[in-house]
Amino acid sequence: MRRKKINLNPKYVFIMLVIVCILLIVLSFQNKDRINPIKSAIGYIVTPMQNGIVSVGNFISDKTSGFKNVQSLIEKNEKLESDLNELTFQNKLLLQDKYELDRLRELYKLDDKYSDYPKVAARIITKDPNNWYNVFTIDKGKRHGIEVNMNVLSGQGLAGIVIEVHENYSKVRSIIDDNSSISAMFLKTSDECIVEGDLKLIDQGKIRVELISKNADIKDGYEIVTSHISPNFLQGILIGYVSDIKTDTNNLKKSALITPVVNFEHLEEVLIITKLKEDPMIDK
Amino acid sequence: MKRFIILILEILVLFIIQSTMFHYIALLNIMPNLLLIIVVSMAYINGRNYGMLTGFIVGLLLDLTFGNLIGLYALIYVTIGFLAGYINAIYSEDDYVLPVVLIAIGDLFYNFIYYIFEFLLRGKLDVLFYFRRIILPEIIYTVLASVFVYKLIHMINIQLDYGVNREV
Repeated sequence: MRRKKINLNPKYVFIMLVIVCILLIVLSFQNKDRINPIKSAIGYIVTPMQNGIVSVGNFISDKTSGFKNVQSLIEKNEKLESDLNELTFQNKLLLQDKYELDRLRELYKLDDKYSDYPKVAARIITKDPNNWYNVFTIDKGKRHGIEVNMNVLSGQGLAGIVIEVHENYSKVRSIIDDNSSISAMFLKTSDECIVEGDLKLIDQGKIRVELISKNADIKDGYEIVTSHISPNFLQGILIGYVSDIKTDTNNLKKSALITPVVNFEHLEEVLIITKLKEDPMIDK
Repeated sequence: MKRFIILILEILVLFIIQSTMFHYIALLNIMPNLLLIIVVSMAYINGRNYGMLTGFIVGLLLDLTFGNLIGLYALIYVTIGFLAGYINAIYSEDDYVLPVVLIAIGDLFYNFIYYIFEFLLRGKLDVLFYFRRIILPEIIYTVLASVFVYKLIHMINIQLDYGVNREV
């Protein structure tokens, strides 16, 4: 098969492609919903391959790290066993409290706490191949009941929010992403604030908190949780612990930093709460 | 046609490595831009049209998997492919320095455009910080990776050329 000589003037090709690209940008900007099927189709081809590679990689690293750490595992095991005894005892006490709480809740018909929300576990398969962002893909999608705006947890805290859902995968924006902004509050004092991701603080492992009321009686180490007025985040999910509180230069508000409870460097598995925050006004 | 299929395969492999193996290849949370390497290499070896074609495919792939708008990555990569293709005029089979330098410049260009579109427009003005924190480490890492990736792409290309010449 001989290579065909194509005599296209590169300049015209370039201009043509640029026009195509700009058209695509404009079209996709106007019809954001309609491009999702195309994205899903591409995902259908690429995601299984990525999935395979991730599981092979995890398998290998599991095996190798297993050999390395036998000694430390034994030590850890002893420590954990003693902890376990202590915790079982505490747990019993707590369970008794919980029964009481349940009865009281029933009386007041309060909502369940977030520990009771239905959750789905998912594995992170890819990260945005661009160093500017902190968006990642998980291996659960529409088929598993994921929807846009579902909250994503890791361990004991908030990790992010689902921003796009496809048939077999979905995209999550983590709370440290530069575009992320969450309405939150202090657990102790109920002072409201806004938690904003900032690329500059990622290295220190912190997130910025802004618009705290000047009169808020807050101290370092207070917990910040998602607030009741947030439209997308369920109330009361732990985000992190506050530090470096200072009054803004305009003397109207305070700002601070948060150390998130989630370790984003080694995020591999997450939990998705399959319950969306519902607007009580619509509910009734 | 054979070339085209191999090109698609190369892009897919690099894309999957870059997006999936981040746990293993990222240093300081920075990943090398493998896809940029293939765009610049293709443009340098085969000329502007080929560079633009590669850039377009790579860009669309990124847009469709990670982008918010379709076409932004494509536009950047097509431009890079087009500009890098000019250097094809002084292409030499034994030169391994020029493509690496080209890749470094291409990566700088790419990140700078990205900074302007996505950060400057949102009022994040601290160029130097972003340069130090993201752009510079990425360029260094990309250049290191490009030494191997370019060699590989080049070898595949020579094999293809060899096949064509023999048939003729």
